[in-house]
Amino acid sequence: MILALSFYLFAAVLVVSSVMVISARNPVHSVLFLILGFFNAAGLMVLLGAEFIAFILVIVYVGAVAVLFLFVVMMLDVDFTSLRKGAMQYLPLGAVIGGVLLFELITIFGAWTFAPTIQDNIVNEIAIGDSVTNAEALGRLIYTDYIVAFQLAGLILLVAMMGAIVLTLRKRAGVRSQKVAEQFARKPSDAMEIKKVTSGTAL
Amino acid sequence: MMELWTTYGWPLAVMLAQIGVILGLVLFFVAYLTYAERKVLGAMQRRQGPMTVGPLGLLQPIADGVKLLSKEMIIPSQAHRVVFLLAPMLTFMLALIAWAVIPVSPGWVLADINVGILYLFAVSSMGVYGVIMAGWASNSRYAFLGGLRSASQMVSYEVSMGLVIVCVLLCVGSLNLTEIVEAQRPAWMQIMLLPMLVVFLVSILAETNRSPFDLPEGESELSGGFMVEYSAMAFALFFLGEYANMILMSAMTTLLFLGGWLPPFNIEALAFVPGFIWFGLKTAGVLFFYLWTRATFPRYRYDQLMRLGWKVFLPFSLLWVLVVSGVLVFTDTLPQ
Repeated sequence: MILALSFYLFAAVLVVSSVMVISARNPVHSVLFLILGFFNAAGLMVLLGAEFIAFILVIVYVGAVAVLFLFVVMMLDVDFTSLRKGAMQYLPLGAVIGGVLLFELITIFGAWTFAPTIQDNIVNEIAIGDSVTNAEALGRLIYTDYIVAFQLAGLILLVAMMGAIVLTLRKRAGVRSQKVAEQFARKPSDAMEIKKVTSGTAL
Repeated sequence: MMELWTTYGWPLAVMLAQIGVILGLVLFFVAYLTYAERKVLGAMQRRQGPMTVGPLGLLQPIADGVKLLSKEMIIPSQAHRVVFLLAPMLTFMLALIAWAVIPVSPGWVLADINVGILYLFAVSSMGVYGVIMAGWASNSRYAFLGGLRSASQMVSYEVSMGLVIVCVLLCVGSLNLTEIVEAQRPAWMQIMLLPMLVVFLVSILAETNRSPFDLPEGESELSGGFMVEYSAMAFALFFLGEYANMILMSAMTTLLFLGGWLPPFNIEALAFVPGFIWFGLKTAGVLFFYLWTRATFPRYRYDQLMRLGWKVFLPFSLLWVLVVSGVLVFTDTLPQ
């Protein structure tokens, strides 16, 4: 009973906060509601017994991704009310597109069946109720059974990251930055010169 | 009705009592950590520290608490009220909920969950929200700059902290905090993890915004940083949260590197002392390190702080993950 109650609690807060993400007037409030949503999704994962995924969700999405969102939204000086002005005008078009998408999704998932041979494709299935922990089971799957797919995904992400860095990196003129290695390499003899000055004469 | 009481009511009551005990102890230690800080700083600067309230100034934290409680709280008229009030509460709450998984002695833990270390890491990585929300909601430039600084600082050092934790986990093979302590790593493994201990100690200074990385507060340029608009109880919550986080991070260091409640170097003759005393002593040692650095080092410049996090610690800890896993595979000591 408690389990069901907590499920409904998490699910209700998740749905409400998701709605608030798109309807809040202030973009910072939107991001904060998004964080609340992530948090409740993690709660649902814990209820399912997937505690590893739940905490990774909190660490990665709440602890890192949403911080960057919040950062960007706080720094951007965009007048969101003026952006929303034409919203009513585009509402019919948006509704049509949304309706078409919904229809397509319903038709796809309505006809969704698993391939009959799927059992043969799953290597090393982990039985529910087995004594292995979440992390072990997941580790066995992605680092042993599906290592190639996992490494390829990692490689693609690496390329994407490097692409983003290359695209945004630019040399700006007039920026002074500290070159620590150069500073360490400096010796007193490079910077100082000792001169004997006899009295009554100038250098 | 009786069944409901035995399955839910009684366990709930027991758990609430345990939570109460833990919170009481944490708040007590937080209060006396502020006292210890002032005494230690005083001793290092050849002063006496608090002396007048009670014998040896021992009642000073209580006097400070009463003062903060009885002051008037001011909310700036331009502030975003809800977020403004939520921020200190969040900071304080996060500093307290982490204690649920800290094992103080074998079995002395509120929730012995499988992924205890991930829980701790998740809670500490959420600490940034209190600061960033406070900075934004105050509607003040100083507070905003402080919040932004702090957010980037905490996010940067979390990365290397995560990699340090990965190194330890590689040697232990479990995410459960009790098992991490009980793993009884051999001496060569401890020596291999020593550089990671150094990285971790510096990272926790940055993660809790303590000196020499206390740039979010930066009183010389930001006049108090993200807390500048806070007064009375809201300020006290930030303050308490910061100190509770210090104790938490020290406890985490103790659990990961210093062997938790086990006697030092596993000397059998010292095992008669109860585990929680060893745990407390080790944690106090790490806390003394906090205070010692505060008395020793000047504040870092902001770009140097970022450089240290991203260009020194991150590559080094990444390299060390490779070294540790390589050594473990080579010597065939990888935990099964």
